[in-house]
Amino acid sequence: MNVNQQPHMASPYGQPQPGYQGYPQPGYGGGHVPSGYPAQYAPYNGPGSAYQQGPPQGMRGPPTSGAPPVSGAQSYSQFGQGETQNGPPPMGAPPQRPPVSQTYTPGAVNLSGPQPPFSQQFGAPPVSMQQMTNQMASMQVGSTAPSPAGPGYAPPSVSQAAMSAPYTPAAPPSFPPTSAAPSQPPPTEAVARPPPQSYYGAPPPAQQPFPNAVPPFSSTGPTQPQAPPPVSPQSFPQAPPVSQPPFSTAQVPPGPTQSYGGPLPPTQPSFSRPLLPTSQPSTFPAGPPPTSTPSQLPGVMQPQPPVSQPSPYHSGPHPTSTGFPPQVGAPPRPPFAGMQGPPMAPQGPPLASQGPPMVQANHVPPTQPGMPPGPISASMSGPPPQPGMQGYPPQQNGAFGQVRGPQPGYTGPYPGQPNYGAPPAAPAPAPPATKRLDPDSVPSPIQVIEDDKANKGSEPFTTGVRGQAPPLVTTKFQVKDQGNASPRYIRCTAYNMPCNSDMAKQSQVPLAAVIKPLAPLPPDETPPYLVDHGESGPIRCNRCKAYMCPYMQFIEGGRRFQCGFCSCVTEVPPHYFQHLDHTGKRVDCYDRPELSMGSYEFMATVDYCKNNKIPQPPAFIFLIDVSYNAVKNGMVGIVCQELKTLLDYLPRENPDVESNIRVGFVTYNKVLHFYNVKASLAQPQMMVVSDVADMFVPLLDGFLVNVSESRVVIESLLDQIPEMFADTRETETVFGPVIQAGLEALKAADCAGKLFVFHSSLPIAEAPGKLKNREDKKLVGTDKEKSLFQPQVSFYNTLAKECVVQGCCVDLFLFPNQYVDVATLGVVPTSTGGSIYKYTYFQASSDQERFLNDLRRDVQKPMGFDAVMRVRTSTGIRATDFFGSFYMSNTTDVELAGLDCDKTVTVEFRHDDKLSEETGALMQCAVLYTSCSGQRRLRIHNMAVNCCSQLADLYRNCETDTVINFFAKYAYRSVLSSPIKNVRDSLVNQCAQILACYRKNCASPSSAGQLILPECMKLLPVYLNCVLKSDVLQPGADISLDDRAYLRQLVSTMDVSESHVFFYPRLLPLQKLDVESISLPVAVRDSEERLSRGGVYLLENGLNIFLWVGVNAQQELLQNIFGTPAFGQIDPNMTSLPALDNPFSKRLREIIESVRAQRSRYMKLMVVKQEDKLELIFKHFLVEDKSNNGGASYVDFLCHMHKEIRQLLS
Amino acid sequence: MSTYQEFIQQNEDRDGVRCSWNLWPSSRLEATRLVVPVSCLYTPLKERPDLPPVQYEPVLCSRANCKAVLNPLCQVDFRAKIWACNFCFQRNSFPPSYAGISEVNQPAELMPQFSTIEYIVQRGPPTPLIFLYVVDTCLEEEDLQALKESLQMSLSLLPPNALVGLITFGRMIQIHELSCEGIAKSYVFRGTKELTPKQIQEMLGLMKPATSGQQGKPLAPHDAAAASCIFLQPVQAVDMNLTDLLGELQRDPWPVPQGKRPLRSTGIALSIAIGLLEGTFPNTGARVMLFTGGPPTQGPGMVVGDELKTPIRSWHDIQKDNARHLKKATKYYEALANRAAVNGHSVDIYACALDQTGLLEMKCLSNLTGGHIVMGDSFNTSLFKQTFQRVFSKDYNGEFRMAFGGTLEVKTSRELKISGAIGPCVSLNTKGPCVSDNEMGVGGTCQWKICSLTPATTLAMYFEVVNQHNAPVPQGGRGAVQFVTQYQHSNTQRRIRVTTIARNWADAQSQIQHIESSFDQEASAVLMARLGVFRAESEEGPDVLRWLDRQLIRLFMFHLRRSPFLQVFNNSPDESSYYRHHFVRQDLTQSLIMIQPILYSYSFYGPPEPVLLDSSSILPDRILLMDTFFQLVIYHGETIAQWRKAGYQEMAEYENFKQLLQAPLDDAQEILQTRFPMPRYIDTEHGGSQARFLLSKVNPSQTHNNLYAWGQESGAPILTDDVSLQVFMDHLKKLAVSSAA
Repeated sequence: MNVNQQPHMASPYGQPQPGYQGYPQPGYGGGHVPSGYPAQYAPYNGPGSAYQQGPPQGMRGPPTSGAPPVSGAQSYSQFGQGETQNGPPPMGAPPQRPPVSQTYTPGAVNLSGPQPPFSQQFGAPPVSMQQMTNQMASMQVGSTAPSPAGPGYAPPSVSQAAMSAPYTPAAPPSFPPTSAAPSQPPPTEAVARPPPQSYYGAPPPAQQPFPNAVPPFSSTGPTQPQAPPPVSPQSFPQAPPVSQPPFSTAQVPPGPTQSYGGPLPPTQPSFSRPLLPTSQPSTFPAGPPPTSTPSQLPGVMQPQPPVSQPSPYHSGPHPTSTGFPPQVGAPPRPPFAGMQGPPMAPQGPPLASQGPPMVQANHVPPTQPGMPPGPISASMSGPPPQPGMQGYPPQQNGAFGQVRGPQPGYTGPYPGQPNYGAPPAAPAPAPPATKRLDPDSVPSPIQVIEDDKANKGSEPFTTGVRGQAPPLVTTKFQVKDQGNASPRYIRCTAYNMPCNSDMAKQSQVPLAAVIKPLAPLPPDETPPYLVDHGESGPIRCNRCKAYMCPYMQFIEGGRRFQCGFCSCVTEVPPHYFQHLDHTGKRVDCYDRPELSMGSYEFMATVDYCKNNKIPQPPAFIFLIDVSYNAVKNGMVGIVCQELKTLLDYLPRENPDVESNIRVGFVTYNKVLHFYNVKASLAQPQMMVVSDVADMFVPLLDGFLVNVSESRVVIESLLDQIPEMFADTRETETVFGPVIQAGLEALKAADCAGKLFVFHSSLPIAEAPGKLKNREDKKLVGTDKEKSLFQPQVSFYNTLAKECVVQGCCVDLFLFPNQYVDVATLGVVPTSTGGSIYKYTYFQASSDQERFLNDLRRDVQKPMGFDAVMRVRTSTGIRATDFFGSFYMSNTTDVELAGLDCDKTVTVEFRHDDKLSEETGALMQCAVLYTSCSGQRRLRIHNMAVNCCSQLADLYRNCETDTVINFFAKYAYRSVLSSPIKNVRDSLVNQCAQILACYRKNCASPSSAGQLILPECMKLLPVYLNCVLKSDVLQPGADISLDDRAYLRQLVSTMDVSESHVFFYPRLLPLQKLDVESISLPVAVRDSEERLSRGGVYLLENGLNIFLWVGVNAQQELLQNIFGTPAFGQIDPNMTSLPALDNPFSKRLREIIESVRAQRSRYMKLMVVKQEDKLELIFKHFLVEDKSNNGGASYVDFLCHMHKEIRQLLS
Repeated sequence: MSTYQEFIQQNEDRDGVRCSWNLWPSSRLEATRLVVPVSCLYTPLKERPDLPPVQYEPVLCSRANCKAVLNPLCQVDFRAKIWACNFCFQRNSFPPSYAGISEVNQPAELMPQFSTIEYIVQRGPPTPLIFLYVVDTCLEEEDLQALKESLQMSLSLLPPNALVGLITFGRMIQIHELSCEGIAKSYVFRGTKELTPKQIQEMLGLMKPATSGQQGKPLAPHDAAAASCIFLQPVQAVDMNLTDLLGELQRDPWPVPQGKRPLRSTGIALSIAIGLLEGTFPNTGARVMLFTGGPPTQGPGMVVGDELKTPIRSWHDIQKDNARHLKKATKYYEALANRAAVNGHSVDIYACALDQTGLLEMKCLSNLTGGHIVMGDSFNTSLFKQTFQRVFSKDYNGEFRMAFGGTLEVKTSRELKISGAIGPCVSLNTKGPCVSDNEMGVGGTCQWKICSLTPATTLAMYFEVVNQHNAPVPQGGRGAVQFVTQYQHSNTQRRIRVTTIARNWADAQSQIQHIESSFDQEASAVLMARLGVFRAESEEGPDVLRWLDRQLIRLFMFHLRRSPFLQVFNNSPDESSYYRHHFVRQDLTQSLIMIQPILYSYSFYGPPEPVLLDSSSILPDRILLMDTFFQLVIYHGETIAQWRKAGYQEMAEYENFKQLLQAPLDDAQEILQTRFPMPRYIDTEHGGSQARFLLSKVNPSQTHNNLYAWGQESGAPILTDDVSLQVFMDHLKKLAVSSAA
């Protein structure tokens, strides 16, 4: 407990702060400044609102007052932008961070040390209080500027303190995460988590009044009351404003949840709890609404508690009910909560505080209710408060009736809590008590993301420190290579690997690395240096053949070196000899990339070439389907037109010289047409091969040509192809022979290369690889479902193997109107390092842009050919499994016919011996490939991670996004061999074990009913749920088998940032877009509850962009975006926004472009009008909601996880 | 009718028929004793400038298994408007259109001078002629260039509405699409994979798309024709296109490693050509014209592997059974030939190479379908160029000397049956009352298909007298034979030519002298030679010679025995095939030249005179002109050669010498003008290396063995171990006497 608590404390603080800062600030800023904004606020999230409310209330009674909430949300954003407040908030934030960071350390310390304090705290809230206050102070300081914030903070701190006492343990951890920004707390987080638990533990008892909550309550209660009142009130107001609103919200949730637990207990399991929490908020509001949240808390608490506590998270939360009491205290905390609050009590308070605001909001802006919550959640951060306000109102209204509370509005407020709660784990009580967890009370991805941005986005990330987790993929950061590969190349699930397999097994945390060997770097980072070791080739270890790297230890005065991987000692070749300095380093260490860098390239010698022959420059072959469908949908014309210009942009190493890549053209339907485009010809010649049963290449000379030499003939050809087939009536196509043709051509030319296949339909023509339509939806959900993912004939597997041998990479562009059996057609692309692009129901007018952008990128992107990747590891671990688009003919070599800059390989490691903490674990990924100019090269990425003997270290240094990447790939591969249900179950089970292990071994003891999540993994449940309900693992009736196969294959090559946004889409609110700012608006959570009917949102998942327009969107907004003020006049079929000459439109289009630029595939824009039938599709991406095909909502799933964990623990 | 010689001449001129006997022995027994069977050479399309075709349908005997055509030999009752068939004696009434018939108003077919008559009939829509060029691209640059030019030139010779197609082959086979603008399209096949006709048609898009479940069903001819248009286009439409296409034709681009032959997929190329035609224009006149510069080296129908160290099979190999591809390839080409024949398409082979090109295996393609075979050393020779041009020569009416899709039906009177035919034909397996069980040549049928005909195409027809000895033919009875040839004229009309001949029966016992005097020595020689060649094609050489010897004959047999038709020594299998191919289709005169070359002597002592084909004719002061059909040799005697070398012909005072030199050249030119295929033209002199062509043909009356016996002044000694005619005759006489036993 103590320990936990302490950590919590620390973390909470830290975290909360960050969270606060980030979130609150914005929100606050908005809130405060614009009293008028209220409306805006409202939109924002509950969390924010909560805070805001607090602030508003405290600060400005008026603004807060009902109306404020709503507007608040908006205003927030605006404020944030324009207002001074914003200014301040940010300020506050930064400061906070520092503190946080400080706290961190402390936190860390705390972890060990703090705990005691905690216990003490527990015993004596004051202590915690102190800590809190400290933090608070810091926080406040940061935020101080905004006096309001100050108070707010103060409260948070207080709350934290309070919280900590009761909740802290659990709450903190979660909070920290939530507060992401607050990251500072992180350290604390880790620590904090425990506290939350303790919290819960405590709370529950206290809470009894509210069943679960009671206990907590009691604990919290005490604290809260104390802290809250004093601090909270002030802090609240301030805090919320500052940044934390979100946090607070987050934090709040816990509180509420707990409290709810109390109230709710009656009905629901953990899940329900969340809702309750919400309600609590509302309740809080009710009480608090009056003025300061903190104060409110108390009052509110009680009322609300009943409602929401359910927050499954923590049954603990219920304790919230304790929370209620705590809430009182909590409210204040929340503010801090962001930071501290999260931990525990704070949360409670926050909630409370929020609650109050909510209440107000609710009351005031009853209408907004529903919305607010949503927004809030989304905005979590600053805005949230306001939204929350709104949200609350409605919810509260409903909630008020407690019942409602649970709903959106509640969720909104809770969110904050969730964080807390989550980490803390809601005490058992919660489950029983709650019917639903308040969504706002559960850990918020947005908050985590924002926190990370705030904490890690500013400083360059240096790779020199072993075992240090890099910033999240959502954070923009600069990397300095100091001996380990940049996270852009390699990300690991765990940066502290367990020392032995027992630990690994116990924790169930997968040990994997996601490697993107040719990842593109931002312009401000240096690409890997090219090293030439001369004719004898790269210097390598004699035994394990590892390449020279910083892990090689030079000994005997530099005459020999000892391999860091296998410890073998190897002579240094004379030409490579260099003296050592006094530290044992080579004198030239920093002159040689291979001795000082994590990533670099070697020139390969002829020994590294196939057949010991210097490779020929690679070739690109374009194979275009010209059957009826392909011609009719415009694909043929578009491709041909585009190729004319695109061929000038073939990959090249030196932009000043022409590309060495040769090109060839084939068209086909059920026969193949090869083209002779020899420069000497006046006209291209077409050669039809109709003997598809036994493919061959009909010409040698003139098929593969240099673009510049044959330009005239090629252009003539590309002009004529669409004409020639304009009247075709051939509907049948072949596919196998098409790839064979390309393969044979490459064989004949004795080079590697890439095939671009543009294909439209199921290949039913008589030929090898002929397929039949096996689309049978009845198989879905049965044990035979897996067969749908397997190729229906083995032909393509054999073909793929041949392709790999030749270095023939296949990229497939599909334009299907119906089932084409992607599972089978995709075999070759996925085995050769190729990509699949699918444009279902392709229409030239609407899909051309997407296709062309994909094509352009695909043709131009840097890539290597005929590649082999080998991952070497230091003794003790071993790469055992690989995921991605490649072929393996043995267990160690990953063969990639083509490897482009977007391809990622996920590698799983297993122990085969013990690791030592001293040496850590090393891995070296070497990729041998042929560059686009025909050079043979080796790219080396080195990575060293720590080894730990304490599970806590493991949990503290892992990366959830990467874990999810691994899980998704693992699961998506498993569907080939196991029934999907089993796959899902095992995923859930493994996650439960991970979390249970943490709970059991790392978290401070607490009530079994508490859900306690490790700080670094507090988003694991939400992300896992996204994986589980993805189309592959839980298909709806409307998803085709092809789409599932397509997605399955797509995910297998995703890197972490792609998989992250794929599973948890980014939802950006636009209505308060700051047209001056260059940064993107803060995202909101993927839940319908966060959408304001008056708002406009952008959602992207790496494959699609949606622009969602609420029915009540302001005319001005619509006018700015669409050029029409009428909602009804918006054309739902538009795929690009009109280029209007107003700042908003420009900025919006810029945003869309910048978002697209981040993704490897061009995303088509779809405009979704609220209540339009297209909205169903859109809703599919609101992954926190219950999906209409049975996918659980986030909150429900969290409860489920909690149950699983509890089962494991008991 | 004065003499048999005149009679024979008259018959030949009018009907294109030369019979071995012009009186027929009236019983089987007697006929058998005659050794030379009752037989004839028939030239179905003999040019008859004086014979205008009639524009109506022939009148047929109404008996189902007779269907003989009304002819001058029929008895006609003008009042009853009834005619009696002279073959089956069925009485038929005239069709209504003959209502006005009377003794003074007879239709042409009843007039005696119209024993050969030609009808123009309407049979469906006219179908254009089709020429499908199948061109080998594995040629030397020079050869290919020459070939391309010849082909481009030939486009101007084709009838404008003729359909033309182009297939090129080397390692791969390309069928060129001719209708396209812009991009030149072609369908490509690999040369190693045997494809069924169905597959080929599918791959060429000649099949109906599988719409109603009936996959792979060939298109109705009409649709198929439309579909095939992309490959076969009217010359007038694609003239330019095709000229360009031919102009751009490149040598096969695939590298040929040292020590290898280029990979040449002749077998598949032909199979695709034939497959294309049979899928699109079955039973329509078409010529597949194969131009090849070497042996097929891969895929089905390959004759030799691509290793240069393995030589192409020789007769020696064949006799030792050491030609591993021979049987398989032959079988393959025979199957192709039969398919082509069934559809009425003919295959020409133009093989120009210094080495063999696999004619032995491929000969059946032409032999069974009436196609030409032309063998030369290079496409860049006038032999090929002019011969090829001559394929498209026109007759007095300005029409092509070629006809397609011919069917020859033979009807005989009861005493005769038809044993078989030898010529460029295939059996249609039509059984009938007049078909003999005793087969000679292609027998067992009374109908033959001749896919391609020229006015010179001559078939040898063999008959059997079936009348029993004890059932004498009534005095004055005549045996009659009717040849009914239906064909597609080069102007796309369908025509029917009917020739009816009759010969008197003679009782061998009482009229043996008459029979003897009716013997046509030349015709008999050719007829027997054809039998010999026919056998030689299918049997071992020595056996045939022995058979021939047993059959005994006259003078010409000596030369026949030494001719390349029966003797393979010193000839490659390809050459033998080539010679035999022409022997079985040329008319009597040409055939005789082939058997016994003609030797003319030019000197100051008188006008040119034919001289004995004997070494004694080779004198220093003579110029000799030898015509062996395949070669035309001008040989300058030793003295003449010296004079010529000294340049006397350039001096005004030796104008006569110049004229002497010129005379054989002019004569040779005349022959060259008309002969198809154009003979190899050789101008040589005493001691010249090419003099061997002459020396190998003449009777070696003087050899190194008997040089002194014959004196040095006359003739030139031949270095050979062959016996001379003198010795042969002596021996023959001895045998004739002794064999009486």
